Amino acid sequence: MAEYALFLGCIMPLRYPGIETATMEVAKALEMDMEVLEGTSCCPAPGVFRSFDRDTWLALGARNLALAEEKGTQIVTVCNGCFGSLWEVADLIEKDEKKKEYANSILKEIGKQYNGGVKVRQLAEILYTEIGLDAIAAKVTNKLDYVKAAVHYGCHYFKPDFVKEIDNRERPKTLDELVEVTGATSVDYRHKNACCGAGGGVRSRAKEVAQAMTDQKLEAMKESGANCIVDICPFCHLQFDQGQSGLGTSFPVIHLSQLYVTAFGLDESINGFDAHAVPVKF
Amino acid sequence: MASDSKPKAVDPAFTKSVVDAGADTVTLCFQCGTCTGSCPSGRVTAFRTRVMMRRVQLGFKDDVLPSDELWLCTTCASCDERCPRGVKITDIIMTLRNMAVREGYMAEAHMNTARSLMKTGHAIPLGDAFRKLRETLGLDGEPPTVLTDKEGLEEIKKIVKATGFDKLVG
Repeated sequence: MAEYALFLGCIMPLRYPGIETATMEVAKALEMDMEVLEGTSCCPAPGVFRSFDRDTWLALGARNLALAEEKGTQIVTVCNGCFGSLWEVADLIEKDEKKKEYANSILKEIGKQYNGGVKVRQLAEILYTEIGLDAIAAKVTNKLDYVKAAVHYGCHYFKPDFVKEIDNRERPKTLDELVEVTGATSVDYRHKNACCGAGGGVRSRAKEVAQAMTDQKLEAMKESGANCIVDICPFCHLQFDQGQSGLGTSFPVIHLSQLYVTAFGLDESINGFDAHAVPVKF
Repeated sequence: MASDSKPKAVDPAFTKSVVDAGADTVTLCFQCGTCTGSCPSGRVTAFRTRVMMRRVQLGFKDDVLPSDELWLCTTCASCDERCPRGVKITDIIMTLRNMAVREGYMAEAHMNTARSLMKTGHAIPLGDAFRKLRETLGLDGEPPTVLTDKEGLEEIKKIVKATGFDKLVG
């Protein structure tokens, strides 16, 4: 198996498959040894399933981790929900022997076991810390100087930062720099670090509340002069892409992988922009 | 105040059960309100994180478990980051939600999401339009997850049975 295994999750393969193709092509362009991790399920989503029953969340997460352990690979996610769940399940099992015992007592029923040690990564963090901005800059053939991005980090990428240590929660910079390396500008806006509104099961249970949070961000983006939104999570992506009719905005919503496809001069049709509610045009 | 107003029912056992479930940091809350000030949901609703913590401390079970407010947290963790007392607020909310679900307080929309997971292994369904889109992009119509791995899907079904999740959702 490859060094990196792409964890598919739900929203990306089932709603925005262009993010999937874009991620694989960008990984290839950056000479990352990456394959899709097969046989996985929902991560399971941290906001809903962890809210319902933490034991089930832990056991299903441990099954996904066990699949990566069997292949001897690291897990790469391009979704903050998947990253949040799998990272936390791995961390809990690493630190709490009772959790590990419980997870394995359930996995035993399906003839599996998770011993620990699988690294769970977010693509943005690998790009920033391992591939590096210089190597990414070297691949940019199409300078995106017309892009004024309102970047959206999403919550579970770096929070809680007292355990993740990926970026500073109050002044994160990794995604801004990963966007600006393409020649684009990352604009500042109010509520930049705030949640998109979709998480925690709020989108499914109280859609109008989720939308009110999204609207606050969209209003701030309007004031900022941004001409698109760049994210690193298909669920935030969905929330912004499908939540713009009310305010009459039309910010194209672009996942970092899709942005790189364009910046690297790769075939843009693989971005699957046809699936987007807001047309991706500048 | 009306003279016939009754004091709220206090259930000290409730506070203890939350603490026993691992949410012991709730007792450290000294009501500064940093959580409420950091909450994106509280900015657009009447949900007040600080009040939720106080209700747990006082044992106001009936104000907490059946409430809609309990489900307005997006789990963004901004409050956790900023709490000066190290209260693990999101974790406490997860504990409370798990308790609420066990007491039968689960929204229909959430039940449907849970049923989808138990049936397909995914939180959302795959429709024809997206199957076609995947093919247009050169991908398999159905992703190589438990959607196509029948044995894997059986494993998911066994897991939700072993944890009792199937009975919990019904």
